[in-house]
Amino acid sequence: MHDSSTTAVQGNVQSEVHGAAHNPALLHHFATEEQQRDSASFGMWIFLSTEVMFFGGLFCAYLIYRLKYFGEFAAASQTLNWQLGMTNTAVLICSSLTVVLAVWAAQHSKRALLLGSLVLTLILGFAFLGIKAVEYAEKFEKHHVPGPSFQFDHVKIPTAPGQPEQFANPSHAQIYFALYFIMTGLHALHMIIGIGIFVWLLFIAWKGRLTPEYNTPMEIGGLYWHFVDIVWIYLFPLLYLIDLRK
Amino acid sequence: MSEHSSSSLSTYVVIWLALLAGTVLTVFAAHINLGPFNAAVALTIATVKALLVVLFFMHLRGASEKLLKLVVISTVFFLFILLALAMADYGTRTWS
Repeated sequence: MHDSSTTAVQGNVQSEVHGAAHNPALLHHFATEEQQRDSASFGMWIFLSTEVMFFGGLFCAYLIYRLKYFGEFAAASQTLNWQLGMTNTAVLICSSLTVVLAVWAAQHSKRALLLGSLVLTLILGFAFLGIKAVEYAEKFEKHHVPGPSFQFDHVKIPTAPGQPEQFANPSHAQIYFALYFIMTGLHALHMIIGIGIFVWLLFIAWKGRLTPEYNTPMEIGGLYWHFVDIVWIYLFPLLYLIDLRK
Repeated sequence: MSEHSSSSLSTYVVIWLALLAGTVLTVFAAHINLGPFNAAVALTIATVKALLVVLFFMHLRGASEKLLKLVVISTVFFLFILLALAMADYGTRTWS
């Protein structure tokens, strides 16, 4: 690797031998490959920080309405299939493992492991969206989609034994389902974008453009995928597991 | 590149198993009556899982750049401000 300060001083002289002097992946405005890599991952972490605040607003809305309409949230949550939710959590955790394997493989030039991990990640990503689609379809069948056809009549609020029976207020339950669709829908949108990124990563990995010297796309693509996994880690207990004991 | 891949493959598998165990644990805990602590337990398990992902899968633990840790800490801080100030408002509206 050549010394960057020489580039700055010698300017034109350097540019003649430029191509051969260093890794062609090193862009002109970075001094070293390490600086370029750190800048890329720093930028990705900043982006993920804004994503946390983006989802944070929804989590805040969820928190306020859950405290306000706790009974309806519990009743509505129990119409969800927690087995499917748990399966999807496991699917995403497995995909996170295949992503770290892909990052590791790119750093250690293990081509077969890299391509295999990327393909597995994509399969798991599609599996997640498939299960989510099954769940959404069930919501439409049961008229649990917020809107004019929404129905949530005569659903009991889960109460401890001995407590008087109470029915859920449909318009309060509708808020739960609105939050459910916005939060899981936004998460699913992130999954779709993630799958797009990973198709591209698979393409450049296939072309041999990810090397131990330059694998930044794989590394920051992986950061994005893990972030989407973390969002689901919170969504699963908050949406699927309210008051299951009763 | 070696400093970025300090975690070995066996670490990844252990973290993966821990995350799966955490998922089973959170479902198990949801089926036990803990009163108001059910939500606290669920959020604690979720936070531990998120920490494992951030530290080991996203390589924050071995990151050479201290700036990244600052980004994560300030993110958590601002999320806390968002939630805490909103709850300080909504939680005290019935006081009047």
